[in-house]
Parts: sequence; C-alpha cells; structure tokens
Amino acid sequence: MSMVAEAPLKNAVPTDQELIDFVVREARLIDQQRFDEWLDLYADDAYYWMPLEWNQTDPRLTCSLMYEDKLLLSIRVERLKGARTFSQKPKSRCHHVLQTPQVDSRDAAANSYVTWTPMHYVETRLEEQTLYAAWATHHLSVENGKLKIKLKRVDLINCDAAFGNIQLFM
Amino acid sequence: MPRYAGDAAALRALVRDQEVHRDVYVSEEVFQLEMEHMFPNSWVYVGHDSQVPNAGDYYGTTIGTQPILLVRHTDGTVKVLHNRCPHKGTRITSETCGNTGKFFRCPYHAWSFKTDGSLLAIPLKKGYENTGFEQSHAATGMAPVRHVRNYRGFVFAKINDGGLDFEEFFGESLSSFDNMIDRSPVGQLKVAGGVLRYMHNCNWKMLVENQTDTCHPMVAHESSAGTVVEVWKKAPPGTKKPMAVEIIAPFMSPYEFFENMGIRIWDNGHGHTGVHHSIHSDYSAIPGYFEKMTAAYGEKRAKAILGENRHNTVYFPNIMIKGPIQLLRHFKPIAANKTLVESWTFQLVDAPDMLLERTLMYNRLINAPTSIVGHDDLEMYERAQEGLHSNANEWVNLQRLYSPDEAGQTNVAVNGTSEWPMRHQFRAWTKFMTMGM
Ligand code: FES
Ligand SMILES: [Fe+2]
Repeated sequence: MSMVAEAPLKNAVPTDQELIDFVVREARLIDQQRFDEWLDLYADDAYYWMPLEWNQTDPRLTCSLMYEDKLLLSIRVERLKGARTFSQKPKSRCHHVLQTPQVDSRDAAANSYVTWTPMHYVETRLEEQTLYAAWATHHLSVENGKLKIKLKRVDLINCDAAFGNIQLFM
Repeated sequence: MPRYAGDAAALRALVRDQEVHRDVYVSEEVFQLEMEHMFPNSWVYVGHDSQVPNAGDYYGTTIGTQPILLVRHTDGTVKVLHNRCPHKGTRITSETCGNTGKFFRCPYHAWSFKTDGSLLAIPLKKGYENTGFEQSHAATGMAPVRHVRNYRGFVFAKINDGGLDFEEFFGESLSSFDNMIDRSPVGQLKVAGGVLRYMHNCNWKMLVENQTDTCHPMVAHESSAGTVVEVWKKAPPGTKKPMAVEIIAPFMSPYEFFENMGIRIWDNGHGHTGVHHSIHSDYSAIPGYFEKMTAAYGEKRAKAILGENRHNTVYFPNIMIKGPIQLLRHFKPIAANKTLVESWTFQLVDAPDMLLERTLMYNRLINAPTSIVGHDDLEMYERAQEGLHSNANEWVNLQRLYSPDEAGQTNVAVNGTSEWPMRHQFRAWTKFMTMGM
C-alpha cells in the first residue's frame, strides 16, 4: 500500500513512461480502494465517461452509463464510505488487468496527452464475480508539475448489454 | 407438484385485502401462469411508433416472455407479429431493430412473409402440393397479434381475444400519456438517446410496486440522495445548483412532502403518484421552452400542461411513465426471480435540446446499472427475493392506509404514502390472471 499516489514529473513535459506509469497507478488506486487519492488524480473540470453506445461521439444527447463531473464522482466516493450504503454491505472489490498503455498522442504545446489501454476488469461482491472487457482512453494534462486526468473514457466491449450492478470504477 | 394451474380459487387466495402471498413473487409456477394468462389477457406495452418510422422498419421485443416484432407495414400502419417462423420456429430477425424492406425472409429455409405476417413464398413450393398444406398452421404465416392499438404513438397489444377493449382497460389513466405527449409544442414524441438495460435478480412486480412506494426514498436512498445533499451543502455560497443536484436531492424530501403529494387510483391497476406536486416540480426552467409552448397552445393551456407534475404513472401490468421527464420504464419479466428493466427516453419534438439532455441525465443518474440510486433499490429487491424464502411468515404486508371500502373506487386521490396502488395492482392481477379460467 506504500505506493505514492501522485508522483511529480521530472521535467515540464512528461515522458511516455511517465504517462504509462500514471495510468497504471490510477488503476492500482482503484483496486486498493484508495478513492480519495484516486479522485485527486482528476482535474477540477474532469469528466469520467462510460458510453452506452458503440463508437459513441456525443455524451449530451445520447445516453451514457456514466458521464460524471468531479462533483458526481466525489458523491460516489463519499457514498462508498456511508454507514447506510446498504448495497455496499458487504463491500464490492475490484481488480484491473491492464495491457501496457499506448501513448496515442502527445502535444506539449497544447498540454494534452492521450493514452489507450485495453483492460479486463473484475468486480466482485459476495458470491458474484463479473468480468468486463474494456478500453480506457485517458486524456491527460500537466497541472503544477503533476499529471491530471481531464477525461477518462471507458468503452466496454459489450456497452449495450444488460448489466447487473456496476458499483466501483473501471 | 402443481399447486395453481387451472385453479382460479387457489390463485385468488394468494391475494387478500391487505396482504399477498409470497408465491406471487417466488413461485416459478405462478410466474408461468402469469405468462400464460395474465399477460395475454392484458394490454401490454410493445414500443413507440417512432422506433419504426418507415415501411419495413421493425423492432423486436417481448410480451411477457414471448418474442414479438413491432413492424411498420407497407400501408403505413404498425403491426405486431409473433417473432417465430411458422416452419420450425426460428426467430426471423437478426438484429433488435432494422429495416427488412418489403418482406421478412427466414434465414433457415428462406420462407418469406409480407410485413403483415402473411406468407409470401416458399422455395420449392411444389413439395407441399397435395399435402394439405393450405390447411396447416404454417400456411397462415407469421402469426399477428390481433389486438393492437397505437395510442398517439404508444403501441399496445393484447394477445388473447377475451378481456377488455383498450378504452375500458385504460380508462382515464391515458391522461398521463396525454400530458407527456402534449409537452411537445407539436404534440409529438420521438424515442431518443438510447435505452438503458439493467438486469434485476428479483420478481418484476417488486419493481412495479416500487414505482408508487413513497415511503422508501428517504430511507433506501439516504446513501445516494442523502450524500448528494451533504456534499452540496459544502459548495461555496452562491454556486449555481447543477442539474444533477436538482434531480437527485428531492429524493430526500421528508415524509410530509410525499404524504401531501397525493396518489391517484384508476381502474385495472393503473395509478400515479404526484397529484399535487412531486420531486419533479422544482426544476429550473429551460430557456425558450415556455415561449414555444405558449405559441403553440396559448398561455393558459401551456400553463395547465406544464403545471401537471405527475411523478410516476404505473400502467398495469409492467410499465411506468414520467411525464415531466419524458421517460418510460419497461419491466420485462424473465423468470420469477429475474427481470430486465429497460428505461426509454423521449425527445419532445420541436422543444429545446436541453430537455432531452435533462431527460438523459435523469435516466443515467437514476436508472442505469451504474446508478447509485439504482444500486440502492436493487439491493432491497434482492434482499426481499431472498427473505421471502423464510417460512416464518408467508405473507407480504400492503396494509398502509387501508380502508375496507376502497375495492370498488376509481379515479380517487388519496394520501401520497398509501399502499392502495399496490393493493389495487394485485386486485387487477387476480382479475387478469383468472379471467377465462
Ligand atoms: S425455419 Fe424458417 S424457413 Fe424453415
Ligand atoms: Fe427507489
């Protein structure tokens, strides 16, 4: 559990390896249920987007499974701690297996970096264990010498299937 | 050992004035009888005609557990067909929705059918000569559901010939559909935004009952809505209240709010919460919308349409609509302990986009499998589905604000926390379950 949540960048412009390490660290914070530290990885104007449609382009006039700003994400994190959060008694656990993130684009002038990460995600609670396959796209930028998430997009391979509860974060 | 098949008295005994037997939720046999009798005897929602705008467009769904197709026939009317090849039973369509052109073609042996289901052609037809094929069941093609009604775009079907006609079945309850549709300046809705599909390990009736259960939000949703209220309190003073907070926070309204909001009861299990006000009453105005409504209807009528704040209208057996949000939830039975919940959203034609944006946000925040509000509810349904296996008490209590003279009453408005709508749904359940038995 001793992993540092947010490592400062060595230089003003992140290396590919720093981008990759950041994405891997984000998944680890979720798996270790360090949700407050996880939330700190998000910029104040960040969105977490889980489309409902295959190749969805519009989060506003097409429905999504999640399209949440930091306020809504922080509500989820607070709720997970709640004494009367009955759907989390007992708590869910989750587990990410990431392929090595690929750096899709880097634009230092625009302070914009995009990575693409195929992953398997497992969520369990009591006797149930569910496997999801997805691609995570991270849109990152540097703020005060640290990487921050501007947008995390999670495309489920079966985004249009009927799901049971998905209670944590992919 | 069958306990209920063909035994109307045994089925009636499951529903008492103030309680229902757990077998209505847990018995696989009762579930099968619902599929055989109760659903075919009722007018069941199929889909919206905007899902099939052009000739040849189809949409596959279910009535109870039976696969059916909604299709736009070449003459422009909508038809409802059993989605089964008359040859060997193969499901005809490949996708959930699409366009089949002028005819359906079965992918197995290429029998083809017009879009009203009638048989068009069979390859190597001479093999059926002198076999009496004309008299066979198969020769009639894909069987249509005979009783279909398109009510201002909303398509309902009744499989059995018996039972009530459409007007008798729905009566005054159609006013909730009217209000939802009239919220468009041109009186027209369009399915839009995509459907959320959420699997529930519980009986479908638990979901239907929950739609008028006004004593649970402030308890079961304390974790989600309560957290929203708490987190929002910490926002710097003067911060504009986000749409998401406007949507979720009212779930924490106190008991008095729900008592005073009122419930209306109609015949045949239909009814709605939110007679006077509801959790949808205090949303911010959408710029430009009221002006459009006034231009279309005149100010007085526009105010009357938008002044309705009906919360949930339940149409027996298995849908709920929210007029002010333009949303329809379809509780699709799969097994006694399994239900697929589909939440559909509508665009008000010729109204500002921001209404659809709010509708979709509501759907995502409340009805998605990723929704924290949804998690709260499903946890309760699943615990009930489990708890009902206890033999200590075989009855579920629905007694809240019961009055002995309520059975024959219709179109009455009562205290908003009454369990009358649930008792009423079960009276309808008995009626349509045993009809013709
Ligand atoms: S099963 Fe359809 S044509 Fe044979
Ligand atoms: Fe609820």
